[in-house]
Amino acid sequence: MYVAVKGGEAAIANAHRLLADRRRGDRTLPSITIQQVVEQLGLAVDRVMAEASLYDRELAALAVRQARGDMIEAIFILRAYRTTLPRFGYSEPVNTATMKVERRVSATYKDLPGGQLLGPTFDYTHRLLDPSLIDDAAVEEPAVKEPGEHVMRVSDILDGEGLIEGDGRMPEGHVMGDLTREPMEFPMARDLRLQALARGDEGFLLALAYSTQRGYGRTHPFVGEVRIGEVEVELDLPELGFAVSLGVVRVTECQMVNQFMGSAKQPPQFTRGYGLVFGQSERKAMSMSLVDRALRTDEFSEDIVAPAQDQEFVISHADNVQATGFVEHLKLPHYVDFQAELDLVRRMRRDYEAANSGEPTKERREAAE
Amino acid sequence: MNDLATYNFAYLDEQTKRMIRRAILKAIAIPGYQVPFASREMPMPYGWGTGGVQVTASILGPKDVLKVIDQGADDTTNAVSIRAFFQKVADVAVTTKTKEATIIQTRHRIPEEGLREGQTLVYQVPIPEPLRFLEPRETETRKMHALEEYGLMHVKLYEDIARNGHIATTYAYPVKVEGRYVMDPSPTPKFDNPKMHMSEALQLFGAGREKRIYAVPPYTEVVSLDFDDHPFEVQKFDKPCALCGAENVYLDEVVLDDKGGRMFVCSDTDHCEDRRDCGHAGHMLARQEAAE
Repeated sequence: MYVAVKGGEAAIANAHRLLADRRRGDRTLPSITIQQVVEQLGLAVDRVMAEASLYDRELAALAVRQARGDMIEAIFILRAYRTTLPRFGYSEPVNTATMKVERRVSATYKDLPGGQLLGPTFDYTHRLLDPSLIDDAAVEEPAVKEPGEHVMRVSDILDGEGLIEGDGRMPEGHVMGDLTREPMEFPMARDLRLQALARGDEGFLLALAYSTQRGYGRTHPFVGEVRIGEVEVELDLPELGFAVSLGVVRVTECQMVNQFMGSAKQPPQFTRGYGLVFGQSERKAMSMSLVDRALRTDEFSEDIVAPAQDQEFVISHADNVQATGFVEHLKLPHYVDFQAELDLVRRMRRDYEAANSGEPTKERREAAE
Repeated sequence: MNDLATYNFAYLDEQTKRMIRRAILKAIAIPGYQVPFASREMPMPYGWGTGGVQVTASILGPKDVLKVIDQGADDTTNAVSIRAFFQKVADVAVTTKTKEATIIQTRHRIPEEGLREGQTLVYQVPIPEPLRFLEPRETETRKMHALEEYGLMHVKLYEDIARNGHIATTYAYPVKVEGRYVMDPSPTPKFDNPKMHMSEALQLFGAGREKRIYAVPPYTEVVSLDFDDHPFEVQKFDKPCALCGAENVYLDEVVLDDKGGRMFVCSDTDHCEDRRDCGHAGHMLARQEAAE
């Protein structure tokens, strides 16, 4: 006798118990602390903060540990927390010109005011496995310059000559949008697109950016500048009449400089693609700036010929929490719909066999009439 | 960090609930129209009922009695999980009885038992746009709805008939609401479509990932699209339910062994149990009793 599957509740509870066990792993080993994750897996923490749009290293580290290192799961956990937080207001735009720069490189000039500053980068490391890390060998103290000096932005150098379009400005009276509070609508203004890209999946943006380099919506890019460092976040308080500092966040900014031959409306000049993300992630900031530029087709009267230029395609599919949820929901039961399809396929098979045996079915006859 | 994990009644903050209720009211005022809303991240994944959960969270009061079904059953894992979520964050009474529930959240089915006035059926919707697979662009489909331009849908159904002799859509079968908007009934089998027509209950549809809410108010005309010479038909099953003997209900096919053995049982588990409690028995149950 068939007994319908029961006890979903107990099964779920047991699955979660097993998950907790697997997350903790071998109990004879010490558990990693949140602080250890913050300090030693800092770039994982950065990615979670960036794509969850919540700047809090400890909470992001907790999410990483809770998710067993699954980045998208960690991003998801942190976002589900962020969404419940009240909004007190929106900060003033951060001024990256006053960034305390830890890294700053430009590909467009050999040398420039402020110099090229490599900072903590994987670039030029040889990717050889380092056995000394197995035993936690002592690490040298770094040689660092006193930070502090403001470093001129490369885009400002070009701007001085009038060779590059102005810094992106929204039309007069434009109210800054917020994707997490308003439903999306297309066509979408650049401020909202940038928000979506900043929260978007690093891998997806990387692939799209790469596609523009390989000819699917080519933008002729140069890295004007990538800079990483701390900027102050300020909130304007109407009661006070001036902005107060809320604290400091570490961000990566990329200003991509793109060739533009000019159109009927605009003279030939360089154009910009912009990327800004929480924490240290050049890959993400650079990808974002390439995709941002590719999406600005309407401003430069460019034809949409490639996926990276199609804002509805890019923005609708950039969010990894949405994407993973919908892809993975396919493992939920679908047997009711499948039953309906089974029934249909069986019926069509009967028709097919009848047709091949030469006898027209009733329906086919009717359709032919 | 210990004071972090406190959440409002039914998880969502009151401002968010107010925003969602506004969207619901607009949806009720324009039956079948998809109202954009600022869907929130929920603590369950997109595609797992976040839209339905947000709608339920926004209309749920402390005195409500909640029923959650998935594939018609109260005991499928995701239904269990969503029910447990509301017990946890709203401490609300839950039931498996269709009759007793004030709010029923569902995925893929409408209960067999007729709903009555005062009940609300909340559907979880994956893709709210009935025209999506004919036209992938939201900018285009919104225009088509605005202009009541549904020719493409009829062409699709016609092509089905030309190719197969019948309409080959078995679930998420498009309907026209109150003679105006073409609407996706969510991926319920078309068997359930007639239950939506002139339903006494309020029907709300939430699509979280796609950020849309739509509604069918009580006593609203819901007509499945068809042609005069190819009228809409629902699925028919050859046999009654093997456990309760019910006919004209939607059945799940259960594989019994590796020799092609199959049985068909009610997809609506509450309906099936209810009938068995009233003494109805299908052939599998009768055989079981005879063996005892």
